[in-house]
Amino acid sequence: MDFPILSAVTFLPLAGAILILLIRALTGAQMRPDGSEDDRVLYAGLLFSIATFVVSVVMFLSFDTSGTGYQLVEEVDWFAGVKYKMGVDGMSVLLILLTTLLTPIALIASIGSIKHRLTEYVVSFLILETFMIGVFCALDLVVFYVFFEAGLIPMFIVIGVWGGVDRIYASFKFFLYTLLGSLFMLAAVVYMYLTAGTSDVVVLEQFEFSKSAQIWLWLAFFSSFAVKLPMWPVHTWLPDAHVQAPTAGSVILAAVLLKMGGYGFLRFNLPMFPDASLFFQPFVFVVSVVAIVYASLVAWRQTDMKKLIAYSSVAHMGFVTLGIFSFTEIGVQGAIFQMLSHGLISGALFLIVGVVYDRMHTRDISAYGGLVHRMPVYASFFMLFTMANVGLPGTSGFVGEILTMVGAFQANTWAAAGAALGVIFSAVYMLTLYRRTVFGEITNPELDTIQDVNTKELICLVPLAFGTILLGILPNLIFDITRESSLHALAQMAGG
Amino acid sequence: MFDLEAILTTIAPEMLLAAAGLLGVTIGAIFGDRFNGISFKLGALVLFAAAVLAGYYWEGGRAFDGLVETTSFANFAKIVSFVAGGVALLMAEGFLRRHRTMRYEYSLLVIFAALGMGIILSATNFMTLYLGVETLSLSSYVLASFHRDSPRSAEAGLKYFVLGALASGLLLYGMSLVYGFTGSTSYEVIASSDASMGLMFGMVLMITGLAFKVSAAPMHVWTPDVYEGSPSPVVAFFATAPKMASMVVFAIVMYTAFPQAMAFDNWQMIIGIIAAASMLIGAIGALPQTNLKRLLGYSSIANMGYALVAVAAGVQFGAGSLLIFMTAYVIASLGLFGGVLSMRREGGMVENIDELSGLIRRQPGLATALTILLVSVSGFPLAFGFLGKLAVLEAGWNAGLMPLIIILVLSSVIAMYYYLRIVKIMWFDEQAEDFESVDAWVTLTVYVTALVSVALLIFINPLSELAASAAASLIS
Repeated sequence: MDFPILSAVTFLPLAGAILILLIRALTGAQMRPDGSEDDRVLYAGLLFSIATFVVSVVMFLSFDTSGTGYQLVEEVDWFAGVKYKMGVDGMSVLLILLTTLLTPIALIASIGSIKHRLTEYVVSFLILETFMIGVFCALDLVVFYVFFEAGLIPMFIVIGVWGGVDRIYASFKFFLYTLLGSLFMLAAVVYMYLTAGTSDVVVLEQFEFSKSAQIWLWLAFFSSFAVKLPMWPVHTWLPDAHVQAPTAGSVILAAVLLKMGGYGFLRFNLPMFPDASLFFQPFVFVVSVVAIVYASLVAWRQTDMKKLIAYSSVAHMGFVTLGIFSFTEIGVQGAIFQMLSHGLISGALFLIVGVVYDRMHTRDISAYGGLVHRMPVYASFFMLFTMANVGLPGTSGFVGEILTMVGAFQANTWAAAGAALGVIFSAVYMLTLYRRTVFGEITNPELDTIQDVNTKELICLVPLAFGTILLGILPNLIFDITRESSLHALAQMAGG
Repeated sequence: MFDLEAILTTIAPEMLLAAAGLLGVTIGAIFGDRFNGISFKLGALVLFAAAVLAGYYWEGGRAFDGLVETTSFANFAKIVSFVAGGVALLMAEGFLRRHRTMRYEYSLLVIFAALGMGIILSATNFMTLYLGVETLSLSSYVLASFHRDSPRSAEAGLKYFVLGALASGLLLYGMSLVYGFTGSTSYEVIASSDASMGLMFGMVLMITGLAFKVSAAPMHVWTPDVYEGSPSPVVAFFATAPKMASMVVFAIVMYTAFPQAMAFDNWQMIIGIIAAASMLIGAIGALPQTNLKRLLGYSSIANMGYALVAVAAGVQFGAGSLLIFMTAYVIASLGLFGGVLSMRREGGMVENIDELSGLIRRQPGLATALTILLVSVSGFPLAFGFLGKLAVLEAGWNAGLMPLIIILVLSSVIAMYYYLRIVKIMWFDEQAEDFESVDAWVTLTVYVTALVSVALLIFINPLSELAASAAASLIS
């Protein structure tokens, strides 16, 4: 048997977390004279997450981008016909890279801004990374469910311990919302296991459930992924969670956790329940367009920077569902691209907010203004990501939005038209945000002494900026890899 | 005739327990208080030995003209119950020593209770069943009021006794009705007789009595009070070993004595309603609780509801699932009550949930272990409890019990809220004072159960195969 590289990528962070815990248990927490915890533990965690990134790059290199089907498959019996089965295709390979790239960035962004209980912080992030990667690797429904749900606990702790004032409320809302959706999925998983006699994803893709069963199963999976994505009207946990979470938590939440929803649709809903997907297409279109327009309008009226970006995420995820449920190759390709691109852009935007929040301890837009005079480098990065979020050609945001809209246009003109409205609104709210924080005169005297981005923040922002532009100019880098997975996701649709 | 081989294969563990219990009484009568110190470890040893014997005679057998018959199904439950009882006994020693009630009678009572569990699990006749139930119950009443100087403990014991006696009466009345209408007290004969209306009446009364023993709604009202009032190590015992045994006996009685088509339809519906009520009452009732023991009481009501879903699924689908679920529950509960026993401050025990505040910073190991156990008992992925709930869901689906599945899902979410609240208090809240150190057995139990809960999530296969083969023994 080959070296189980997927398991290695998945469980390396967990191994790191356990090692850090053991060392901490042996040595006790190292405290600085001022009472904050020594941040060497953060560098240790960083080391492990970077190692994970390196291993994931090795995994990517051993992945045959022209091959079809699932690759690097690992299989071990677990119990009663359920297998621990891992494997990746083009879509999941890229999402894993996104995860392993953003976790170290999130940890770097935490240097200096998180001061208490660092060990638990680092351990939570590493454990979370294991579960996120596991979600994208799992090829067995039960294994998938375990990873999918398990990630809630570390995120719950991240929001609840290191979050803002209303962190307890936000963490509970985040947890219970997601859990309710997921338990219906669990019930569906059990049903599928009993009906098809296996929980193997590859087999289930070929298994034909009856039309009426598909409807219920589709709804059960949908309830879970729609909350995770999140779709209107079950998105309300997201602004709360984002506003209360620490910067790194927001980055991971927006960049990776939301993608699990879109990933779930492509991996399960489309191939396994093609008839039901077709049946629910109008419903999803309506919900997506409402999400795009409504969330954009709400974003416009926000006074809190993080909340604005959170609503913008809801709108952008609307494009993802629109693309997926257009059932066209171009739409699905665009949806996958949009997920990756949004991962980079929204992650970067939350970092951008984090930069000024660390200095001023407020996210209120009106407290800022004229930042360009004091922070020119910051203003440039902010400009880039604002434009990317609006969908300016040349950035990755453009490619994702245009393709999902083209896909949607082929399926339903009105849906595409509604989505186009959202593009305009996104320009309105993002440019308003940019104008009010960066341009103008400095009105708040506290801003007079604000410092521009430091090296640590540059290290975080540069890779994301690079990725955003690279994908914007050479989108084919992605499309070549994801073509097989999009065709695969649609294969059952074409047949049905 | 007198067939020693058959007797050994059937009730070897019970013979050991009975002999050890009686020997203990004799030694206690001679040595008095000097026997106190060693009795706990000896008692635990006897219980572990009984578990080993049950494993050794895994296939079981039949003896005394069919008054007792042991199946692998019963043996599975015996092993879990005896081990749980032994662990609870080990955890009790330090607590009782500090409260100056460390007396050898305690371990003898636990042994006799375990004897009762063994008898009911092997019973194939109402006479044997009732003998076992009373052996178990009478020992339990005394254990509940073991802190005889404490009004709370006495109150708990009395409540338990009065309500328990009522339940035993109902059980007995049900048995007599069934006897009257079938002419026999043997499961086998009852199973092959016609399902008459009188039989149904008797069956319903028996279900009521058994529901009390497993603290299922609407016969649950004693649970929070007894949990709160009884000494904590006693509750650690109540919540685990007798629950496992009684629930499995509940299933055995239903599966083997009332398998007739008409009876099955009726008891499936009744148990379904009991299960639904237990799940909801357990989940909602726990929400306002501030006392950890009361909260765990409600949590156990909810968990018994989940287990009853497996019972209601019928022998073919539910038997194996029930064993997996109950094992997961017992392991997690033992650890959680170990947590309760660790909450000691300024010489006294504290029971309020808020006392756990900020535990992660004072005792990170304990807090992490308790978090894992809470995750396990809530049935969330990451620990063994998830596979238990998965098994119950599977049983429910197979039997087509859709309404129960929906209630199970909803009550799981509600229940998650209060488990999370404990996690929140341990992880998010400000640090309270340190707990005083407790004896090693308690700490060890917490850590080991947490570890086992995680390990069994991964290495479940041998256990799940064992449970499947045990369930098969009941079907054939």
